[in-house]
Amino acid sequence: MSEQNKQVHETANNDRRDFLKVGAGVAGLALAPGVLFYGISAEGKAPDAPASAKVRWGMLIDTSKCADGCDSCATACATENGLSGQTGPQDSQWIRKMHIKNLQTGAEHNLPMLCQHCENPPCVDVCPTGASMKRADGIVLVDRHICIGCRYCMMACPYKARSFVHEPLTDQNPEVPRGQGCVESCTFCVQRVDRDETPACVEACSKDGHMAMMFGDLRDPNSDIARALQSYATTEVRADLGLNTGVRYQGI
Amino acid sequence: MAENVCMNRSCAKSSEFWTLLVMGGLVLLGTLAAFFYIEHHGHIVTGMDNQVVWGLPHVFAIFLIVAASGVLNVASIGSVFGKKMYKARAPLSGLLAIAMLAGGLGGVVLDLGRPDRLIVAMTHYNFKSIFAVNVLFYNGFFAIVGLYLITLMTRNLKQYTHAVGLLAFLWRLALTTATGSIFGFLVARAGYNSALYAPMFIIYSFGYGLAAFIVVQSVMYKWNNIEIDERILCRLKNLLAVFIAAGLYFTAVLHLTNIYFAKQWDFERFLLLEGGVYPLLFWGGQVFLGGVLPLLMIFSPGARKSPPLVFLAALLVLIGGHAQMYVTIIGGQAFPLNLFPGYAQSSSFFDGIVHAYTPSLWEILLGVGGIAIAFLITVIAVRVLKFMPEDDFKDIDLDACKS
Repeated sequence: MSEQNKQVHETANNDRRDFLKVGAGVAGLALAPGVLFYGISAEGKAPDAPASAKVRWGMLIDTSKCADGCDSCATACATENGLSGQTGPQDSQWIRKMHIKNLQTGAEHNLPMLCQHCENPPCVDVCPTGASMKRADGIVLVDRHICIGCRYCMMACPYKARSFVHEPLTDQNPEVPRGQGCVESCTFCVQRVDRDETPACVEACSKDGHMAMMFGDLRDPNSDIARALQSYATTEVRADLGLNTGVRYQGI
Repeated sequence: MAENVCMNRSCAKSSEFWTLLVMGGLVLLGTLAAFFYIEHHGHIVTGMDNQVVWGLPHVFAIFLIVAASGVLNVASIGSVFGKKMYKARAPLSGLLAIAMLAGGLGGVVLDLGRPDRLIVAMTHYNFKSIFAVNVLFYNGFFAIVGLYLITLMTRNLKQYTHAVGLLAFLWRLALTTATGSIFGFLVARAGYNSALYAPMFIIYSFGYGLAAFIVVQSVMYKWNNIEIDERILCRLKNLLAVFIAAGLYFTAVLHLTNIYFAKQWDFERFLLLEGGVYPLLFWGGQVFLGGVLPLLMIFSPGARKSPPLVFLAALLVLIGGHAQMYVTIIGGQAFPLNLFPGYAQSSSFFDGIVHAYTPSLWEILLGVGGIAIAFLITVIAVRVLKFMPEDDFKDIDLDACKS
């Protein structure tokens, strides 16, 4: 090899090395946040990993911020989960807006009512086949494959949070399979939670500027919801039943 | 005497047997049509909804299940407590128990949202669920009462009748305890949530079961032109009276307890006074037709000599029993759940208001299907086997019944 050729070859090698160094740096910079976020997301849970008992998902609802006449949460729920949005006696409603008025004082409140994701859920206790079940992270669900449609869970739920699918379904959301003849209820939008997103109702409430609903990990002392629960007086609906609900209310 | 009273192939009226079979078959055909219609279209074609989730099919089905365990009492009094008169009636009692339970369970299964998953209910058990425990009790009941009937009807197995009869008696007590607890364990609803439901359902079952037995036995006797012995009739009617009175007592205790609790006032006012059809069915159906009137009839002068009067009293107990189930099951759901005590409540999901319920034709057909199943099993069984009570009067203490 001539001296000139040798110099050209070394220059080319140096260029290649520089390119690889820069490339590796750029790739590292690009991937690092992803790796970092993956590592810390949802308390270390990979997308296909089972739910962890180190987490307990919960919700805090500030009734003073829940606007009269607003039903963004219910609309968002219906859209996300493929419900019709109809409100007939045989239609499914996973979340509903309630208006309550104190019979003594006349004080009025608005609030969303949904599955309270109890620690000791009566629906799970009474289900004959085990179709009603509670995930390790506290989310109460119905296994569509072993629900026989006996509706005993609907009799047992103190919150009237469950609906029975009364008619054939079309155009379902593939992420939220439903079934005629099965019972269903709020899942905390488990498909979103497993992607580290918040439930659709919470997102809609925030988007409308009400900020009445907060979702998070009750077991993480640094989470917003845990700090709020430490700071403010909150209420469990039907606390007398001792169910330790995952949904808490502030302002009632 | 045996030749005269049998209802089997040798002496029964064949054309009338087939008429009964066709009648029952037609009703069952209607039930199956309703079942497939609901299966195809969904429960939207019924009157049931997300507020009243258990409807008329459950009223009929749970009545049959409760009465099934009670009708076995006749056999238990004979085999466990050694009363000869009841022993003669043990085979019919066991048969009716199996037939009525089959009818009741048929009604429950046909109303499931996913009846095609019955195998799931048989293979997946949540043992904390009283419903699942009931499934085990029902299956065990079939097996034990079936075995009991075999020991009764097989000459060289008679020595086991007492032991199997005792097991059947204990099993049926447990079964009805579990059936009553289906409601007793519903912690959140004002109409339920009481340990009283278990013993109360046992007492109800005594009354409904014996009433069903008297009705069937009366029809069989009439069919064969046999007059029931006055003293046997007297004993049966007096026992029925005891059960009716005990049922009324438990009903009174349940409601008086509730009335004592301020938090239950609204519910009791609804069920006993202001709830429209429910107070009507409670006072008119459960208490008067199913309780007070049969008692008056049973203790009226001449009742011991009047099989039709006792038959009518028993029939009224059955009608009152259906009214009781309607009030318990539908009334308990029609009253709204109270999520916020002390607050008026409203929502798009019918919070805070009394829920309306009107059963559709399909539910009525589903409901009577259970009766048709029990009827057909009974008619066929008494045709092919010897279930007719045959009394050996020399063994019976005939002077025991005075009134």
